[in-house]
Amino acid sequence: MIPLSYFLVFAAALFSIGLYGVLARRNAIAILMGVELMLNAVNINLVAFWRYITPTQIAGQAFAVMVFAVAAAEVAVGLALVISIYRRRNTVVADDIDLLKF
Amino acid sequence: MTALQIIFLITAVITLGAAAMVVITRNLVHAALWLIMTFFGISVLYVLLNAGFLAVAQVVIYIGAISILMIFAIMLTRRVQQDFGPQTNAAWPWALVIAAALFGGLIWIFSGWGNFFTQAPVMGERADPLRQLGMALVSPEQYVIPFEVASVMLTAALIGAIMVAWERK
Repeated sequence: MIPLSYFLVFAAALFSIGLYGVLARRNAIAILMGVELMLNAVNINLVAFWRYITPTQIAGQAFAVMVFAVAAAEVAVGLALVISIYRRRNTVVADDIDLLKF
Repeated sequence: MTALQIIFLITAVITLGAAAMVVITRNLVHAALWLIMTFFGISVLYVLLNAGFLAVAQVVIYIGAISILMIFAIMLTRRVQQDFGPQTNAAWPWALVIAAALFGGLIWIFSGWGNFFTQAPVMGERADPLRQLGMALVSPEQYVIPFEVASVMLTAALIGAIMVAWERK
């Protein structure tokens, strides 16, 4: 049987890869992809804890469903912002969109 | 090594490799395709965790909707960053250091936890997680309010996305 540690190590690695993508990529759409990877890692953890620690309560799966909804909303609004910025500024590079930085 | 462990390890290696390709590949369309492969691997892991509904929802929502939306956005904003210029910003070594430190820290915290190597408890014959999940999402004692708030939030997000992306004449 698979011990819980396999899933936790996998989710930690996936979260770290997503974090690297968010911090290092220049393209705004690539940053959103990194966020998706991080949300998926969190979901794996939620479901693994449900299965291994509290299998009689369904809270882990219910939270995972909420994370699905939040991820869908986030990517819809994020991509709309990217397309709107591309239309006005003709760029999708996050470094060039820094007017709010000060 | 049991068969389940071998299946898990193969899936994990493929999924992590695809996730690494998502963050390092230059071509964004390829990154989106690797992202789809990552989502498939995660769906397999949900099956290994006895969460069949989430596995199906992963395929329908992430692969069917979110990845396609990403590909549409990439194609609408193309020819900006095709194959010239660096794809990573100047601080990428720091990003690598932070990601590696986070991974090491998480593993260090987990390894000190007593339940780290716990095995999955046996699911009874009568256990029906799907029915339990469905009841939990609509029962007033459990998660009906977060569920309704999530649906209102999805509606607001979709209307907001249309408003933001609207091309004003």
